[in-house]
Amino acid sequence: MARTVIPFGPQHPVLPEPIHLSLVLEDEKVVEALPTLGYVHRGLEMLAVKRDYNQMIQIVERVCGICSMIHSLCYCQGIEEMLGIEAPRRARMLRVVWSELHRLHSHLLWLGLFADSFGFESLFMQLWKIRERVMDLNEATTGNRVIVSVNVVGGVRTDLDEAQVRWIKDTLVEVEASIRSLQSTIMNDTTVCKRTKGVGVLTKQAAYDLGAAGPMLRGSGVAQDMRQLKYAGFDELAFEPVVETAGDCWARSTVRFRESLQSIDLVRQALDKLAPGDLAVKVKGKPEGEVITRVEQPRGECLYYLKGNGSTFLERVRIRTPTFANIPPLAAILPGLDFADVPVVVLSIDPCISCTER
Amino acid sequence: MSIDATTIAPANLLAEASKLKNDGYRFVTLTSVELDETNMEILYHFDKNLTLKNLRVPVQKGGTLPSISGLLFGAFLVENEIRDQYALTFDGLVLDYQGKLYSETAQTAASSPFCKYHVKAEPDSKTGSEPGIQQEGK
Amino acid sequence: MKMLPTVIANLFSKPATRNYPFFVREPFEHARGELINDIERCIFCGACARKCPSQCLTVTKDKTEGIWTLEFFACVGCGVCVDVCPVNCLSQKTTHRPVAVERAVITLRGKLPERPAKKDRPDSIEKTAE
Repeated sequence: MARTVIPFGPQHPVLPEPIHLSLVLEDEKVVEALPTLGYVHRGLEMLAVKRDYNQMIQIVERVCGICSMIHSLCYCQGIEEMLGIEAPRRARMLRVVWSELHRLHSHLLWLGLFADSFGFESLFMQLWKIRERVMDLNEATTGNRVIVSVNVVGGVRTDLDEAQVRWIKDTLVEVEASIRSLQSTIMNDTTVCKRTKGVGVLTKQAAYDLGAAGPMLRGSGVAQDMRQLKYAGFDELAFEPVVETAGDCWARSTVRFRESLQSIDLVRQALDKLAPGDLAVKVKGKPEGEVITRVEQPRGECLYYLKGNGSTFLERVRIRTPTFANIPPLAAILPGLDFADVPVVVLSIDPCISCTER
Repeated sequence: MSIDATTIAPANLLAEASKLKNDGYRFVTLTSVELDETNMEILYHFDKNLTLKNLRVPVQKGGTLPSISGLLFGAFLVENEIRDQYALTFDGLVLDYQGKLYSETAQTAASSPFCKYHVKAEPDSKTGSEPGIQQEGK
Repeated sequence: MKMLPTVIANLFSKPATRNYPFFVREPFEHARGELINDIERCIFCGACARKCPSQCLTVTKDKTEGIWTLEFFACVGCGVCVDVCPVNCLSQKTTHRPVAVERAVITLRGKLPERPAKKDRPDSIEKTAE
């Protein structure tokens, strides 16, 4: 059988962002997949030499377009640890609120894109319609729609008043109801199951060995979620990682679906625990030393390594984003698949390429 | 404030990594840190039950380290990235992009756009592999 | 098939979208939009320019006059400058600038505050195309 090389991407109808895969095909089966990156590389880590550590907050938010809040949360947490300060309780709870709203809208976006990857347009539209409500919550409470810019070193910049808290809760009731109304479609619909069940299986052992992160890891049965580290306000909230054991595309989408409902629950819990208090503590000193912080992003574990030298400029900012960890597992599960399943499997890792390349 | 890390020699890297793998650690990532004109260090991060274990490997600029990607396939991407950005080469990469992970048109000669102090490129090749983020040498 | 109830419900409900150019939604109360400077109150201290993460602001001054320029295409709308302004002359509208076909910067000139704080009218508000 002659081998054919089919270029997949960087521009492809299912890809939200550019990644190129050279797929070596034998008949209809993929035998080899080689990812190529570099279409959206911006060198953001290097900007740390030109921007001081406060300005870097807005830079790291732009690493990812969709989980911006969680990037800056991770970064601020690291700087706070270096400076030996802790954000006040109200700020930590507010961080949970916005980071979970981000996770919610990111998962809704992904579920929509995933539906789109196997041609389920009406599900895609429906999910994005729900997502728009969450985006409105972000915009009305912070001022910006996606890149909300609420974190500062030592706390948050924006507060929620009573009316907003009530409004968020009311909206989330409706959002939850509309997400739940799609549950049977996403999890049990015949078309969806035929395209996702048993496709792109990543076993528990393989996921762990390949260093997969986030829903990719939890979809394969490893109960690991960085929120178990109890950062920000998660120490006071009831939380259990969502785990599925099948390891296929269906499991990964189910993990994300259930996590979006969990996020709604976490926002509610955090809003209930919101006690009056300061928004930020005073920042003294300059960051010095090394620190590693980790948070859970919608796509998985995100690791920041920060090194300061006692000046306003950081010496090194290293960002390990979850998609970066999920590309090797993707390259490992693609061989053996039908070519028609490749878009679904590629989408199932929730590729965020601008995160990957930074 | 500093992180908890064990310093090991490059020669012991593979043995140490395979020990960690057998102990049930999950590979997280590598971090390259520039120390001064000639020295760098690479931090290897491993995770088990939400606890990080870090290995610190000192290395010379433009030097070579054994690749752990044969052992932990997940490491190939980050090792290629460090090759692109810091001009460190890794021996035995399972998927070697030859310094062209982020830019297909990059020169294969060592270049280190992410270093404050540059690794010297071959005289006949341009240093610029990634336009716009070139750092001036101090 | 599981989608059918939703599809039927959508069929008989109002469209979720708006007829945009003819019907524009009211912006949210705290939306961070266009950055404006009340140049009469500006003391040209340069705090905004130093803190701006996208470095879209520049403040220069000579003996009597200060110049505040905003490269509004580079502005990311984070509102850090508004937070740090010591005299609160910076503010953000809730709406965004309309799309433009030409790159431009906004240059505002104003008198520096004299010791007996005498405020002159702003000399000119001009848009210079680059």
